Amino acid sequence: MKIVMAIIKPFKLEEVRDALTAIGVHGLTVTEVKGYGRQKGHTEIYRGAEYAVSFLPKIKIEVAIASDQVDKTIEAITQAAKTGQIGDGKIFVINLENAVRIRTGEADAAAL
Amino acid sequence: MTFKRPTSTGLAAFAVGLLAANAAYAEPVVNKGDNAWMLTSTVLVLLMTIPGLALFYGGLVRSKNMLSVLMQVFYTVCIVVVLWALYGYSLCFTGGNDFLGGLSKAFLSGVTPDSKAATFSVDANISELIYVCFQMTFAAITPALIVGAFAERMKFSAVALFIPLWVTLIYFPIAHMVWYWAGPDAISDAVKAVTAAGSDAAKLAVAKAKLAEVMADGGWIYKKGAIDFAGGTVVHINAGIAGLVGALIVGKRIGYGKDLMAPHSLTMSMIGASLLWVGWFGFNAGSNLEATGGAALAMTNSFVATAAAALSWMFCEWMLKGHPSVLGVISGAVAGLVAVTPAAGYAGPMGAIVLGLIVGVVCLFFVTAVKNALGYDDSLDVFGVHCIGGIIGALGTGILVNPALGGTGIMDYVTGKIADYEFGAQMTSQIWGVCTTLVWSGVGSAILYKVVDVIVGLRVNVESEREGLDLTDHTERAYNM
Repeated sequence: MKIVMAIIKPFKLEEVRDALTAIGVHGLTVTEVKGYGRQKGHTEIYRGAEYAVSFLPKIKIEVAIASDQVDKTIEAITQAAKTGQIGDGKIFVINLENAVRIRTGEADAAAL
Repeated sequence: MTFKRPTSTGLAAFAVGLLAANAAYAEPVVNKGDNAWMLTSTVLVLLMTIPGLALFYGGLVRSKNMLSVLMQVFYTVCIVVVLWALYGYSLCFTGGNDFLGGLSKAFLSGVTPDSKAATFSVDANISELIYVCFQMTFAAITPALIVGAFAERMKFSAVALFIPLWVTLIYFPIAHMVWYWAGPDAISDAVKAVTAAGSDAAKLAVAKAKLAEVMADGGWIYKKGAIDFAGGTVVHINAGIAGLVGALIVGKRIGYGKDLMAPHSLTMSMIGASLLWVGWFGFNAGSNLEATGGAALAMTNSFVATAAAALSWMFCEWMLKGHPSVLGVISGAVAGLVAVTPAAGYAGPMGAIVLGLIVGVVCLFFVTAVKNALGYDDSLDVFGVHCIGGIIGALGTGILVNPALGGTGIMDYVTGKIADYEFGAQMTSQIWGVCTTLVWSGVGSAILYKVVDVIVGLRVNVESEREGLDLTDHTERAYNM
């Protein structure tokens, strides 16, 4: 089992969600985050105070899936989240030791 | 704004004796329209402070300190309201000496629903209790302005102790010095007595002595000839310099110049600034004390100067920084309101527009270039907007009151006519007012800060400052989302 973690541009969330649903992924967790990579930040000015803000708002999506689904998932996310501009984001694949469905107690693949 | 007829019993007995020798003068009348307007104005000025100023300031600080600002402003209103009733009104608006009134009206003794207060017109009075409340709201907003300078790092206990000390020892004397006078009715009566004495040498001597006494019954700055319609010196220069001194003594916020300290809600600030503008009509037009054309002039000036200043700040910022900002436009509006405060009932509308255009640019310069060059942390620009704006307003009033520039000129109650305008003399008077206030408030506030520092300590500790005053001083969060 793996967790596929994707950092994407906020306005791409619905598109990515639809793409994941289309390949059979029916659950995900979304967090609002800030970050930067190669995308430049912006300047904010409040009276005499000028701030260079490098952190940009992003959305982090985490999906727990079976190992054999990873490539399909990565492709779906990439297709949906891509704009071609700097700042499109990144996808990370993390090993998942175990998963449990709280309501039923199902574990491993049955919990996903 | 304005003053009270003297009611100490000694003077009353003397006046009665004098009157008995002459025709009885008509009791001034209370006009219900004037009363109604002043009741309304009073409430508008309260609105300026809560929630106007509270939200304007609150939105400008980080969310972890929102409640501390709201608390300090609300507390200030409450403590000053009580102290005003107990002894503040008496110290400001009774005789005494040139620098402070007496305690003849402490606990509002002698002030009843039937008591009257003078306006600027002979034989037109308002109910004294309304005047008490109107002035009370001025006394409340002035110290509330100061808290913006040391926001986000001053302990609430320090604020709680500082405010009553400051309002008593700094505000009451300055209000008395600028605004206390015998009133037009007392002057008019004394002048009539001189006229009535005719060629009777004895009566004339007595009448002239009485007139001299009435003219000497006034605050020190008032007698220097300084004019301040609604409180440019008493409120804005006063609070502004006290704020700067406080910011310097308490020191910069941790991370100032490095950490992101952006306003957490410019939306709230805009709401606050808008309420300030609306309420300010009570502040300026209400300072006319009557619902007459004079109030309408003050209202007009409070519209146009404000708008002009907001625009000049906005366009200047657009040119210099590349973008106009909401914070800029509302700050410009406040600066315009500050500057027009002393001028509201004296300048002509075109003069008020020019005043607004100037103050918008000058205050922008002070809160950006000057503040950054000198490196002090006046968190919410109390000095840059209120002190500087007040000084420009005070000096501008000295220029714009000139009838040749559309001003009203200044009434001479002895001759009953508008006095001749003399630029040099008037500017000298205005400078007296500005400098006296700067020195009294600057030095006096510094002493009070030090005293409070010794008693309870001024500043929160480092962890509290990082965590936020809402949690550490008040155990509350502004937003639980």
